[in-house]
Amino acid sequence: MTLLAVDRLTKRFGGVLAAKDVSFALNVGEMLAIIGPNGAGKSTTFNMVGGQLRPDGGRVTLAGQDVTGLPPRQVCRLGVGRTFQVAQTFLSFTVLGNVQMALIAHHRQTRRLLANAAAMHREAALALLDRVGMAAQAARPVGELAYGDVKRVELAIALAAAPRLLLMDEPTAGMAPAERAALMALVAGIARQEGIGVLFTEHDMDAVFAHADRILVLVRGEIIARGTPEEVRADPEVQRVYLGHSGTRAAARARRAADG
Amino acid sequence: MEWDFLLVQALSGLASASSLFVMASGLTIVFGVTRIVNFAHGSFYMLGAYVAVTIVPWLLEFDRSPWLFFAGVLASALAVGALGVVMEVMLLRRIYRVPELFQLLATFGVVLIVQDLVLLAWGPVDIPGPRAPGLRHGVYIFDQRFPAYELFLIFVGPAVLALLWLLMRHTRFGVLIRAATQDREMVGALGVNQAMLFTGTLFLGAALAGLGGALQIPRISANPQMDLSVITDAFVVTVIGGMGSVPGAFLAALLIGQLQAFGVLVFPKITLVLVFLLMAAVLVVKPWGLLGKPETAAGRTVLPEGILDPRPLDLAGKVLAALALAAVLALPLLDAYAVKVGTEVLVLALAAFSLNFLVGNGGIVSFGHAAYFGLGAYGAGLLVTKAGLPMEPALVAAPVAGGAFAALFGFFVVRLSGIYLAMLTLAFAQIAYAVVFQWVEVTGGDNGLVGVWPSRWAASREVYHYLTAAVTVAAIILLRRVIHAPFGATLRAARDSAPRADAIGVDVRRHRWLGFTLAGAAAGLAGGLYAFSKGSIDPTLLGIPLSVDFLSMILLGGIQSVLGAVAGATVFHAVKDFFMPLTDHWRLFLGLSIIAMVLVFPRGLAGAWTELQRFYARVHRLFTALRKWAERQP
Repeated sequence: MTLLAVDRLTKRFGGVLAAKDVSFALNVGEMLAIIGPNGAGKSTTFNMVGGQLRPDGGRVTLAGQDVTGLPPRQVCRLGVGRTFQVAQTFLSFTVLGNVQMALIAHHRQTRRLLANAAAMHREAALALLDRVGMAAQAARPVGELAYGDVKRVELAIALAAAPRLLLMDEPTAGMAPAERAALMALVAGIARQEGIGVLFTEHDMDAVFAHADRILVLVRGEIIARGTPEEVRADPEVQRVYLGHSGTRAAARARRAADG
Repeated sequence: MEWDFLLVQALSGLASASSLFVMASGLTIVFGVTRIVNFAHGSFYMLGAYVAVTIVPWLLEFDRSPWLFFAGVLASALAVGALGVVMEVMLLRRIYRVPELFQLLATFGVVLIVQDLVLLAWGPVDIPGPRAPGLRHGVYIFDQRFPAYELFLIFVGPAVLALLWLLMRHTRFGVLIRAATQDREMVGALGVNQAMLFTGTLFLGAALAGLGGALQIPRISANPQMDLSVITDAFVVTVIGGMGSVPGAFLAALLIGQLQAFGVLVFPKITLVLVFLLMAAVLVVKPWGLLGKPETAAGRTVLPEGILDPRPLDLAGKVLAALALAAVLALPLLDAYAVKVGTEVLVLALAAFSLNFLVGNGGIVSFGHAAYFGLGAYGAGLLVTKAGLPMEPALVAAPVAGGAFAALFGFFVVRLSGIYLAMLTLAFAQIAYAVVFQWVEVTGGDNGLVGVWPSRWAASREVYHYLTAAVTVAAIILLRRVIHAPFGATLRAARDSAPRADAIGVDVRRHRWLGFTLAGAAAGLAGGLYAFSKGSIDPTLLGIPLSVDFLSMILLGGIQSVLGAVAGATVFHAVKDFFMPLTDHWRLFLGLSIIAMVLVFPRGLAGAWTELQRFYARVHRLFTALRKWAERQP
């Protein structure tokens, strides 16, 4: 069943066509990766889905509802959680406070003037932190954490909105390799368990090939290949774009030499 | 209306545009390089005029030649440029890294100091300047007489623009200015001597301000009010043009010059309002001005300056609060004067607390908070004096008035951020001030309104003190509660990371707007209480100096502290009240105090308290170590 349908999204920055007729669909509970070289339009596509950018053309449909051009807060309320390339958290809050804040927003209680915010949704927030393995650090200021842990807190914040879809822009950027694998395994586990669809961009190919159900390859704003990890890995066009002509030939030579 | 009359009107608009641009270009260049909004720019302008009215007549005694006149004007500009260097070396250099709110306050300290020094040197009387030899006649443009000097001024603006363009394109200094305006860190990383660059920039900026002031002497007498009246214009020009953009300032000056010239014909009384409306309109469409560049600060990577994680009061806090409350209740046991000061402190504490609700809790640096205080006072005062209502409904109307205007102005304000936001709050405060000042039939203009007395049951000073205490303490407790509540937390969240707040479903703009309105209502309530404590109100209740007082109070208390604003207001007002009668030079004193505060206690009294505790711990550790060492010695 289709959760997210993206139909011919187009975005132009001045003379640069950052995304051209990008179309894809994401099914319920599916993990879909967008890969591509720097400047391919991954983040642009992402921000058009999340509402941070308004597309010049095309449509975004979430569970049958047109969400094209809606601001992020409304996209969020329709069940989309998001993490950013550079983690965005509330630095002056504790770890627990960050998730409590997200829950307060989710329950639309942000205009309450007299309740004590620190006492609201404690249990639910702790449960979310437990799921991302951060319950032990709940009382610490988020500004003190290692970056990998900040990313986990950000994931808990995104999950607080009880999302049907997670948008994760380079979830493992800036992390150590061991942390990366653990975070991706965590995301994949939660997504499979709860049937949350995940759309993510990633430079770390190990993370992509280990967890994505399907992969889109974006180059200069256009999708040049799509399919299962095996199909994408075998695609000659993808090889050419990532390795270049000489690189592909070099790889072939190396393989022949190795074969004897 | 004849078209030749319109032409002359357009020409006089061009002349004032020229003057505006010469002055504002310096402000925008200084901001571009140092990122400091220099309040003292208006003081440089004023100094330019004073120096010129001193040396130009002296020069003209030798020979009444136009060349000597302009040599005197240029010399004045250079002298003021040198003063800019003094300011950079002595003050600005030390505050480039402190938050922009503190920088603004420090430069305002310089404004106060210069005001007193000017009074000392030149006295309070306006000093008319000589007219420019050779340019004293009028030129006839289709039967309309137009002063030759104004015609000359029209060409000064473009000439300065051309010279600045040459400087920026063809000298190393100019290239560095442009580079630093785009990316200060990169210029530093490339090994440019920043100290020299900044000093040079301040020289250029101050000299341009001085030139602007010196050029005015044939038109306006040098007077001690020039600085603040002109700095608002300069802010408006730079904000409309885009902070840091010289061509933008030129464009904006042209627009404003024409708007003023023709606005006078259509709406003679509200030209100032027209200018600010233009500014509000431009900022809504282009939040970074006509030719400005967006500030690149989406999410934070450093802790915000302000309230971090509000906790319930600890024991020491509870004891302090109880003592303060006891002191408030016990004041009437002392003399009447103590009661008067106590009532004032309570009112100011509420106003300062409401400002820190915005600044410390919301990261919304309002530079015109006095507007809502004053509008609350006028709301209450007008009901009593014009509508004949008693105190009680008037005190209800005060927060309504403050809140309503905060909602109106805030609608535009919350669309911006950082320094643009601060400038827009200042601009709106000036609109309110101008309207109250000029609308004499209703507001009494400069004289204000008298006869704003409490109802009979609250007429005695003591009873009114208790009434004020009850209302302000209740309001502060409520606002504090809001800081701890989801609404306050949401404002902090939006301050920490607007993209994150947006992504969890928060309408950031709407929450900031509601917060701005709530703070305005609280300030309005304080203003209403203040009106009845004095019996009279006047436009200074909306003025920049009072806004700066409020900012000084929260800075003194420490904007990271929830209750610091109360302590700051108490200390600030007590000190001011104690020293002001002792000296004629309270501005000098206040200015120096503000600067000392920024330099010595950048985190306020609350911060100093934490530092003191840390210092004590360090001394204690050192002492223990020394003792252990001594014990080990034979």
